Parts: sequence; structure tokens; C-alpha cells
Amino acid sequence: MYAQLVETGAAETSEKDREFQAKIDRGVRIEANDWMPEGYRKTLIRQIGQHAHSEIVGQLPEGNWITRAPSLQRKAILLAKVQDEAGHGLYLYCAAETLGISRDEMTAQLLAGKAKYSSIFNYPTLTWADIGAVGWLVDGAAIMNQVPLQRCSYGPYSRAMIRICKEESFHQRQGFDIMRQLCQGTEDQKAMAQDALNRWWWPSLMMFGPSDKDSVHSEQSMKWGIKQNTNDELRQKFVDQTVPQAEWLGLTVPDPDLAWNEDKGGYDFGEPDWTEFYEVLKGNGPCNRDRLAARNKAWDDGAWYRDGLTAHAEKQQTIAAE
Amino acid sequence: MSKEWPLWEIFIRGQHGLSHRHVGSLHAPDAEMALKNARDVYTRRNEGMSIWVVESNKITAFDPDTAEQNFAAPKSKVYRHPSFFKIPDDVGAM
Repeated sequence: MYAQLVETGAAETSEKDREFQAKIDRGVRIEANDWMPEGYRKTLIRQIGQHAHSEIVGQLPEGNWITRAPSLQRKAILLAKVQDEAGHGLYLYCAAETLGISRDEMTAQLLAGKAKYSSIFNYPTLTWADIGAVGWLVDGAAIMNQVPLQRCSYGPYSRAMIRICKEESFHQRQGFDIMRQLCQGTEDQKAMAQDALNRWWWPSLMMFGPSDKDSVHSEQSMKWGIKQNTNDELRQKFVDQTVPQAEWLGLTVPDPDLAWNEDKGGYDFGEPDWTEFYEVLKGNGPCNRDRLAARNKAWDDGAWYRDGLTAHAEKQQTIAAE
Repeated sequence: MSKEWPLWEIFIRGQHGLSHRHVGSLHAPDAEMALKNARDVYTRRNEGMSIWVVESNKITAFDPDTAEQNFAAPKSKVYRHPSFFKIPDDVGAM
């Protein structure tokens, strides 16, 4: 999940709020200029903003490998994928802007470390196999979360998610394809794939957010139709889908408690280390500081270019007016 | 922080003779850059053969609160749909 622990506040009980809730319950999409409760608006700004920031920061761990991809084709594919992430960030920023926050405001919040992005992007990509694991697991978990978001009650968000989902499945497949090639390669290559799975498995499970019993904001988000499934439901679905794929690759999921449960028709699995999760969200993950520094550097280094384009546009307007 | 670029609405015509359709929006300093950015953001997978860009603040729309009064009238005019008229089966195709 690209948005974690999004605060919702509580719903009000005025006549307008009740009408609004009735609209949601009838399955009517809410559009940009429609009346909406402040809590709904703020929750969406936080969630879509967080989601957009995740797409943008998510370019960094993968960008790390563009110059080091093992072949020209892999490099071209990775470039296309990272370019998609930038596009996804843009779709989402625009969806958030319809709620009355500006793009620059959101950027400023990210750069100042005030806005969150997904915990997952604070882990390093140490080997080429990590690029495989990120595509397969991280994008796989993202898809799990994003498919139901296509039915989100807020029209602009739901439409952005439809575009994103169309493009996202290429990302997961390219990741799996990297893992497959490594697993069918030499012993060393397979060990590299196993190592990547060992390091990315638990952080991927954390992407869905804390367990339902500790997820204080889920209930209101679900009532408003912003969220369709609970964190635990999606995590379960992800484990059930991914474990057989790991088996197919001949890899071992690093969870001693993992076992098929015939009665529930799904896997039982262990608890992620939630202390680690909260530490990463607080800014103490392995790469939090690097990620923010990289975003700040990109923004500062690009200032002359943005200003140049603005100056050019203004000059052209003056010439046209004369 | 530098001046924020204006917002543009992007319309794309696909390959099969359909009309331009709104696909989203983006920021750009001017129309030319808006077109180039729209190409990179919205047509990475052959989605279109033509792009229109329109500055968002140039678009005029009804206030959503007036939707009821603006769009209610046709609801009572069901005879505007061919399905209103029952044509006996033995008349044949019409």
C-alpha cells in the first residue's frame, strides 16, 4: 500500500454530511466541485498526496540501477518503468490538486519531510536482484491495493487509479522476469535472488499498513468509500498470491510460520516487525535521509531550468502582445 | 520558491476516429511545453494521434449544486428515446 496510516478525523453529523454519506452509500461518485465534508477532503489530500510522493520517491531505489542494468534491453525496460512512476506521480498530484491544494504546496511538504510516503522506499536496492524483487513484490503489493482503489468514491482519484493499474502490471511482470532469469541461472545468481527475497519480503508485507486491530483510521475511510478493503484482507491476498510464485521460482519465503491453512483456504503467516515499520515511518529507516536529500537536490538543481522556462513563456507572451 | 506553472487540461484523440477526450491535466509554463509534456505523460503507450491542451482556468462549467435544475428536464421526455415507441413484431425491422 502506498498510503499508510492516513489520518481521517471523525465524520460530522449535519444534514449535509448525512446527505453526503447517503450519496456515497448509493455509489454516486464525488466530483471535484461537489460539496464534501472537510474531513473527507483532508483525508483524500493526505492519502493521494502520500500516494503521489511514493511514486516520485519510488523512482530513486530503481534509478540507482539504470546505469548498472546488466544489458541494454534491461536498461531500456527499467528506464520505461521509472518513467511510468513519474507519470503515476503526476496523475496523482493532479487528482489531489482538484481538492484545493497546489502542486508546489505538496512538493514543499515532501521536501520539508512533513509529508509521508510509503515506508518501502526507505530500503536500499543493493543488487540487481533487488530490482527484480521490487517489481515482483513491491509493485505486486501496490497492485493489490490499487485495484480496489479504482472504485474509490472520489472520481478524480478513481480515474487516476484506472490509468495507473493499466500500466502497473508491466512493472510486476518485468520484476518477476528478472527473478525468473536469475533463478534459472548460476548458483550465485539464484542465491542473489534468494537474498533479495529475504530482504524485501517483510517490508513488502508492511506496505499494507498495520494490522486491522491497530488501524485506527480504516473504519472512517471505508465508510467514505475511500478504502474498500482492510489492511489484513489485502495482506492475506498478497501472501496467498505470492507464495506459489516464490515456490515456482524455487525460492524460500523467509517466514518460519508460513503454512497452508486448509480451513481458511489461505496461508497462515508470521507478524512483520511493527517496531521496524514505525521506526521507518518516523524517518529512521536505512535510506530516509538519502531519499529526502536526493529529492531536495533534484528540486534545487532544477530551479534554473524551471525559472528559464517560465521566463521564456513570459517573454513569448510579451512579444505576442506587442 | 519559483512561480508555479499554470494548469492545463489535456484532451487526446485515439486512433480510431473518435473525438478528443479529456484524459487529465498537468502543469506547464506555456502551451508548447504543455503539449510536449502531455505527449510524454499521456501517450507513452500509443494512446493518441492528436493532443489538445487548454488552460484550466479557460474552462467554464455549471456549478454542481445546480445540476438538478440544469439536467432534470429531459427526464420527463422519455419519448426522445426510440424505445418509447412500441412497434409490433410483425412490422419487421425498423
